[in-house]
Amino acid sequence: MTNRLLLGDEAAALGAVHAGITAGYSYPGTPASEVMEYLIKASGSGEFKANWCVNEKVAYEEALGVSFAGKRALVSMKHVGLNVAADPFMNSSITRINGGLVVLVADDPGMHSSQNEQDTRYYAQFAQIICLEPSSHQEAYDMTRKAFDLSEYFHIPVVLRMVTRLAHSRGQVKERTVREKNKVKRAEGKDWTLLPVNARRRFASLIKEQKMLAKFSQGSPFNSLEINEQNTKLGIIASGIGYNYVMENIKDLSPAPSVLKISTYPLPQGLVQDLAEHVDTIVVIEEGYPFIEKNIKGLFGIKDKTISGKLDGFLPITGELNPDLVRKALQLDPLQRKGSAYDWLPGRPPQLCKGCPHIDTFKALTKALETYSNAVVFSDIGCYTLGALPPYNAVDTCVCMGASVSMSKGGAEAGIYPCVGVIGDSTFIHSGITPLLDAASLDTNMTVVILDNSTVAMTGGQPTVATGEKLENIIRGLGVDLRHIRRIVPLKKNLEENAEIIKEEIEHAGLSVIISFRACIYEARKRKKGANK
Amino acid sequence: MKQDIILAGVGGQGILTIANIIDYAAQKSGLCFKQAEVHGMSQRGGAVQSHVRLSDVEIYSDLVPKGAADLILSVEPLEALRYIDYLHVEGKIVVSRNPYVNIPDYPDLDKVLDAIKQSGNHVIVDSEKLSRDAGSPRSQNIVMLGAASGFMVLEEAILIQSIKEFFKSKGDKIIDMNIEAFRLGREAAGT
Repeated sequence: MTNRLLLGDEAAALGAVHAGITAGYSYPGTPASEVMEYLIKASGSGEFKANWCVNEKVAYEEALGVSFAGKRALVSMKHVGLNVAADPFMNSSITRINGGLVVLVADDPGMHSSQNEQDTRYYAQFAQIICLEPSSHQEAYDMTRKAFDLSEYFHIPVVLRMVTRLAHSRGQVKERTVREKNKVKRAEGKDWTLLPVNARRRFASLIKEQKMLAKFSQGSPFNSLEINEQNTKLGIIASGIGYNYVMENIKDLSPAPSVLKISTYPLPQGLVQDLAEHVDTIVVIEEGYPFIEKNIKGLFGIKDKTISGKLDGFLPITGELNPDLVRKALQLDPLQRKGSAYDWLPGRPPQLCKGCPHIDTFKALTKALETYSNAVVFSDIGCYTLGALPPYNAVDTCVCMGASVSMSKGGAEAGIYPCVGVIGDSTFIHSGITPLLDAASLDTNMTVVILDNSTVAMTGGQPTVATGEKLENIIRGLGVDLRHIRRIVPLKKNLEENAEIIKEEIEHAGLSVIISFRACIYEARKRKKGANK
Repeated sequence: MKQDIILAGVGGQGILTIANIIDYAAQKSGLCFKQAEVHGMSQRGGAVQSHVRLSDVEIYSDLVPKGAADLILSVEPLEALRYIDYLHVEGKIVVSRNPYVNIPDYPDLDKVLDAIKQSGNHVIVDSEKLSRDAGSPRSQNIVMLGAASGFMVLEEAILIQSIKEFFKSKGDKIIDMNIEAFRLGREAAGT
């Protein structure tokens, strides 16, 4: 079989394709976007469905529908996307999953492109289902394939946990044979009707199944325990990308420690026990929260054993691991270096591109607000969040998708004036429509500026579901007073006029929506190229 | 045999293009490789780096450890310095002398270049001029790849083949310009 050159995200996506998926669904989010981008390419002329959806909850539920029909589906998202999809996620664990359902979640330790570094393994534990954690491209491929089989065997969704470093690392993958797609065979009985009477029965069944999940984990070939009889002092438990950093350094450890590689959850209890019986000290090396460490330590630890990791400061508890931090935790001297880092180098933070329409919107907004002393601008998730940085300093908050609109309403009701929400077109579609409906129904005194750049820009220019006229029609349909839906074109030459329009709407004692409409420069370039072809 | 390379530059300078070309070449050379990169927020005009690891045996860590890099290949002088602590004691810096100034506090260029020179083993290339000579100001990244190519474990012919492969969809003119950029870079580094 051929050796393919793939990103970690792509390796997992290919695994899903070869597992015979009928559909893949997602919403863009770093570091998971490349999963769907690959699926869209791989779906060719409709071999399977591969769609961007309006948000992760919708994506998850569409995948559930596929599973109900007896077919296989992959739903992928970034870690915080699972918060949005948490409702169907938690409940689907007690439906009797029919066609294989795999939930690929890419965590972002170190917050390269995220607002937190939550660890998806907790979600899998919360839902009491299986989680697989690859450490290499080959494993990303193999585990995704296997996850579909497990999902159908145990009738539960299965989580595949990726992290940025694997998602965005390129490596080699050996392909295996392609599995046929399932035939349509809808779920029977009442297992998918989660009325209390059924849900109680299904929850009890999931609890009963836990023993079988533990047994699977204990016997899974994705875990491995290498005992070194000569070293009874040190044992290492490593998972995911942490395992790679251990292996990078292990040649310098003498005598070599015993190593337990954990790739499946629930934890393989017997393997942990075997290691603990053999050594005095266990060092746990895992990317993300101290999940394994906490679980094996419990409240009281293991009698006469030392367990080290992130909880006792052996490794930093925040941020991303790397080979150097792990080297230090293994008490090895750092490698010799040519020089040490210079302290006089200025940082080079990300910034809005030259010619970006957001720049002109922020300038107009700042100008419109300059005469008010208590203005607050609630912002959202997207390129325009960079408006929080100098030289713009134009926005005050960034919490989660859609929060700009809902927080504006709360802020306005608490007495803030002027209260402005700033949100992109795609983020508005994702989670801004429902709070705007709320604000429209009460005509709250606030101003929402929708930055319609016709694309999901920050994650690489994925298509947006509604832009331009379609977007405006949605806003009209929500019941916003038509006289207070305004349009501006964010260009330098329109600065005065735009600031004036924004100011007029701030002065309006009620809800206003201003659509600032100009395509992202990359999107505009793409369209121009397309038109020339 | 192993070679660890840090690729550095600013978002938009084509760092990931160089990374992709090296990946192709490594694959064609039958080597094991891993190449970590950044996507998303950091790509917007911020500092961008990619770790490339080539070896004839299995590679574990996607990231290059500090002190292990055999080569820093940077399309921008300040960005080369940012990763100096990754450099092996015998490591080499191949760097463009042309600054990309999109921050208000960019340090004095001579100070930056002096610091690079102090590191000993270095090649400084005027990638801006050479890319213009090659007919495409946007090919500075390929000029720098050419300049570094003589110090890589990858063969020149395979790298050129990979450039052709990478720009295949853009037509012959773009391919030729990039091969010329590669050649001029290689010549400037005197290898």
